[in-house]
Amino acid sequence: MSLLETHGLTKRFGGLVANQAIDFRLEKGELVGLIGPNGAGKTTFFNCITGFYRPDEGRVFFRGRDVTGWSPERICRAGIARTFQVVKTFRDMTVLENVMVGAFLRHPRPAAARAHAEAVLETTGLTHLADVQAGGLPIAYRKRLELARALATEPEVLFLDEAMAGLNPGEIQEAVAMVRRLWEQGLTIVLVEHVMEVVMPLAQRVVVLDYGQVIADDTPERVAKDPRVIEAYLGERFAREAREG
Amino acid sequence: MDLTILAQTVASGLLIGLVFSLLAVGLTLIFGVMDIVNFAHGEFLMLAMYVTYWLWVLWGMDPLFSLPISALVMFILGALTYLLVIRYVLDAPMLAQIFSTFGLMIFLRFLAQVLWTEDYRRIRGSLLEGRIEIAGVFLGRPEVAAALGGIITTAILYWFLKGTRLGWALEATAEDRTVAALMGINTEWMFTLAWGIGSACAGIAGTLLATFYPIFPEAGAVFVLVTYVAVALGGFGNITGAFVGGILIGLLQVVGGFLWEPRFKDVLVYGVYLLVVLVRPQGLLGRR
Repeated sequence: MSLLETHGLTKRFGGLVANQAIDFRLEKGELVGLIGPNGAGKTTFFNCITGFYRPDEGRVFFRGRDVTGWSPERICRAGIARTFQVVKTFRDMTVLENVMVGAFLRHPRPAAARAHAEAVLETTGLTHLADVQAGGLPIAYRKRLELARALATEPEVLFLDEAMAGLNPGEIQEAVAMVRRLWEQGLTIVLVEHVMEVVMPLAQRVVVLDYGQVIADDTPERVAKDPRVIEAYLGERFAREAREG
Repeated sequence: MDLTILAQTVASGLLIGLVFSLLAVGLTLIFGVMDIVNFAHGEFLMLAMYVTYWLWVLWGMDPLFSLPISALVMFILGALTYLLVIRYVLDAPMLAQIFSTFGLMIFLRFLAQVLWTEDYRRIRGSLLEGRIEIAGVFLGRPEVAAALGGIITTAILYWFLKGTRLGWALEATAEDRTVAALMGINTEWMFTLAWGIGSACAGIAGTLLATFYPIFPEAGAVFVLVTYVAVALGGFGNITGAFVGGILIGLLQVVGGFLWEPRFKDVLVYGVYLLVVLVRPQGLLGRR
């Protein structure tokens, strides 16, 4: 069995099917990009896996265990961490304190949690901001803080929801380099982006969602040439032109 | 003016203020974590007084020893209040939240009347009875014990919140329960714990007050109203603020009443409250 699997995962909101029978596999050590136009159901899929939504149908397996419908805190303790598209920090806490909250999960003693949090700040390049209040940070740093806090829980899999959105080109480069470094250190990562340019150079494998369904699951190169993907992104006319050369 | 009398008055204000502090700390803890005001906080205090009274009357247990029992009973009552009532109104409109604890207040108050009548009861002959003298200032031993209890409990609570993993988890839940859950914190358990600890504070205060204050069904109302002011003065959800606010209220009541007119003491309390609301609505120690 793969590290993480979903079988026929379906989530509906009233009449809208946000995720329809999604079969997804994630192997240990992979860096997978999950892309799709706005409203394709990427965040819903994340929410179903990380316990924020309970899927209407289908199951989620993590390390062979059925974790469907587990609460977010149980999912986190099992080893799946995530960040949010809309950044959520503990605004009244400092950067270090934010990360310490995450570090407490595996380090019950305050001194150990602090030491671990400081180490995480070091790897994410936030050490110089340790004592700054999180609420006052610019968006790029808050995104990085959210990543640091997720890392502090020492996850096996990290789900990043639009970690690059709202960053300028220079900041995107830094963020891409950091994700790559984390992956090289052995972390399994799923990256949600609706900007293909961010995902293509980074991911080994790209899964494309459209209208809640998986329409492609392949290497970045082949996905970029897939007519159905081009159609989903650019509309049918471009797909026809691409086919005809 | 006689300095000894002034010192006596200040000391009295300080002592009763520290009891307000303990009550306010419990109230503000619950509010900080949940954003819900527990209007039944005073009734928890009253119940703790009765717990202490009946342990004294029926088993001859001194309030000094029944203190942990009444703290535990109130912890359980607080936790049950969360699990059986508050949990169901967490995402309800604010009015529903207000009426749920307000209803609990009415229920407990009249339950006490039905069970134990309106009579004033007193505990006489406890180990704490008597007075001590410091430099010509006489202080009641029960009042001193109550004040010490307030300081010690608040200090322990402060250490718990700032220096333990559970305390951090509580503070994280207070700031953002979604993110707290994301960090592997069981927020349901944190809410239960906050209600338990906050109510245990009222329990400790109740037992300490029972040694020198009459015990009757409306006893909670006497103390809790100014406690709300203490909480607001310190900044809602702010533990240190509530502690300082409680002392301030005690001093205002007693010293103000002494310098002006005892029957105007609450005019001072609420006057200062209005001033703070106008000038610094986030409270003396509150942020934002």
